[in-house]
Amino acid sequence: MNGDQPVKTAYTGARLLDPTSGLDAIGDILTDGEKIVAVGPNLFDSSPPADVTVVNVSGLCAAPGLVDMRVQIREPGEEHKESLRSASQAAVAGGVTSMVCLPNTDPVLDDEATLEFVARRARLHALTKVYAYGAATKGLEGKELAELGLLAEAGALGFTDGTVGIADAQVMRRLLSYAATFNLMVVQHPEDPSLAGNGVMNGGETATRLGLSGIPREAEIIMLERDMRLVEMTGGRYHAAHISTAESVEIIAQAKQKGLQVTCDTAPFYSALNELSVGDYRSFAKLSPPLRSEEDRQAIVEGLKSGVIDVIASDHSPQDQDSKRLPFAQAAYGGSGLETLLAVSLDLVHNEDLSLLGLLAKLTSIPAKLLRLDAGQLRKDAPADLLFFDPGIGWKVIGDNFKSKSKNTPFDGRPVQGKVIKTVIDGRTVFDAITNADPA
Amino acid sequence: MRDPIFPHCHLLGIEGLSPLEINRLLDLSDPYVAQNRGSDKASKNLKGRTVVNLFFENSTRTRTSFELAALRLGANVINMQIGSSSVSKGETLIDTAVTLNAMHPDVLVVRHPQSGAVKLLSEKVNCAVVNGGDGSHEHPTQALLDALTIRRRRNKIEGLKVAICGDVAHSRVARSNFYLLLTLGAEVRVIAPRTLIPSELDRLGVQTYTDMREGLRDCDIVMMLRVQNERMTGSFIPSVREYFRFFGLDREKLALAKPDALIMHPGPMNRGVEIDSDVADDFERSVIREQVELGVAVRMAILELLANNLSAKRVDSDGEE
Repeated sequence: MNGDQPVKTAYTGARLLDPTSGLDAIGDILTDGEKIVAVGPNLFDSSPPADVTVVNVSGLCAAPGLVDMRVQIREPGEEHKESLRSASQAAVAGGVTSMVCLPNTDPVLDDEATLEFVARRARLHALTKVYAYGAATKGLEGKELAELGLLAEAGALGFTDGTVGIADAQVMRRLLSYAATFNLMVVQHPEDPSLAGNGVMNGGETATRLGLSGIPREAEIIMLERDMRLVEMTGGRYHAAHISTAESVEIIAQAKQKGLQVTCDTAPFYSALNELSVGDYRSFAKLSPPLRSEEDRQAIVEGLKSGVIDVIASDHSPQDQDSKRLPFAQAAYGGSGLETLLAVSLDLVHNEDLSLLGLLAKLTSIPAKLLRLDAGQLRKDAPADLLFFDPGIGWKVIGDNFKSKSKNTPFDGRPVQGKVIKTVIDGRTVFDAITNADPA
Repeated sequence: MRDPIFPHCHLLGIEGLSPLEINRLLDLSDPYVAQNRGSDKASKNLKGRTVVNLFFENSTRTRTSFELAALRLGANVINMQIGSSSVSKGETLIDTAVTLNAMHPDVLVVRHPQSGAVKLLSEKVNCAVVNGGDGSHEHPTQALLDALTIRRRRNKIEGLKVAICGDVAHSRVARSNFYLLLTLGAEVRVIAPRTLIPSELDRLGVQTYTDMREGLRDCDIVMMLRVQNERMTGSFIPSVREYFRFFGLDREKLALAKPDALIMHPGPMNRGVEIDSDVADDFERSVIREQVELGVAVRMAILELLANNLSAKRVDSDGEE
């Protein structure tokens, strides 16, 4: 299993960043096989012992590998858009070592057999650790509960209907109650489908100008408000995915204040872009939820600063050219996000909205904790899932250069600052920007 | 040589055009009005050129108008009416564009039910493209013919009060008219039930009214829009009779506008829904038939202008090689 690297490896001279312990110092990491055995400043008195391979990473930041809690992988069903293999290649290039995929594959992940199929394919073909949410309802139809207990036993980390909001209040109520039995969270795509109607972008001036049907912000707000009541009623664990409006931040803040078990995430799309990105019908900027107004974007950044928004996830939604090279209303939703997750999020650090440790917590330790994964920490006995990056290197996002099969990034052409240099999973180097070796 | 004032390759919309450019298009249209009224309507300005009318949506009036315009300029014209059937064959818009482009047309006139589709298509071809109406976005030739009609009747557009009434939410005619009339300095009012007013419409610079009696007051132009039942996916208005009661144009409501206010309609009219026959057929006030007439002239001017710009572009690019 581990032929390409010796058992013990020392990564020396990096700026160590561990959000959990608050460690931020120059030092070294010693790994043995799949584990970290030591981490800290001046680990080696003079030089590392002779049986250790030394990797000089001085000048780089060393952090736990990113934990991405919202990724769509199109396998099984639409492997031409993304396979487990290609998604994981994109992930490691973006510094992601653990990712959680949505159940909206074809067939959907609503029974243990499909879940186990994905787990097996992932073991064989993926470079990263791949986890999955189980479907909340059978066939993601929002009507009958899926076999939540059996899915949980098969390894589902939570339940969601993926990119569809669970609209029926009674179904949501029962889902929250029943999922609480297994103490797993329900991940909601907060959007009221009846209010979203046939909308294709944020409702407002831009939509009016372009003659496109708008999705009002209230579609998200109303669904969240209703869900908070149901969480209060049932005592369930609830996670709102990719929130995008100013009011959403307020609603989550109030729920947390009440002591409800509520958390949320957003994606870099919503902290970095607004509806103007749609410009002249750019289908790459057609996302779900839609890119909102500039005031909303600023509120999302504030929510990240205040801690109301717990996590940043890539919301990776690969789409092939044919699904995007269509008139705007007919084009598919979604943006490729894995390879820009860190670089675009680092804007928050460069703009002094978040500290580097504060940002990394939202990308590593906090999602790991919510998902109860042994990941996201730089400490003795933790898995050797490591990310080495240079926060200063500038580059330009070019979708065509993505490892992902899908090049549909709304960030195309955007200058960013911060580059992943090396990604290590279970002690093995799975990405190296210098050698660009694909350990296929 | 490219037109010095309007050097563009395509006419995709009115938004973004300057007053100078709009007036240029109107100036070029004017002489064709007289020509079309004469007995010899033929000119040879586009002899040997190919115009393709590519309509992804049913149309009789606009297509006929473009066809006649091209024929009167001596061009060869092909009409392609692509209904929903060929979409189900699986050919995408871009494939259709690439296929047609390979046959070297000079001008493509495109109508499509999706907003933005004509622009998308224009990026994939190297001929001139005229937007013949895309979804709820723009219908630039309609706005130009409306403007020409107003200009010929009132000698100016600046300072006029224009009321645009009806289904603004789904109307491409409305959007093109907003941009054109505002650019030329008119005051634009929208009168519609709130369910047919898209959000933040006022940011485009128009005033919105929900009461016809207020909105029509002192207006110089009353432009009625078709209530596009086929576009309604939900129930925006309770019933036709309720709509006519509150938003249909009849003598009584018209009396609130200026005594010589002109009545316009892009057609086809729903008599008894948005407009009473009594006013629609009033020769003194209604210029609806004139709009249709001037439509041909405007389209002649645009086809000729774009075809000439295209020739200049081809000469330019030959020179570069």
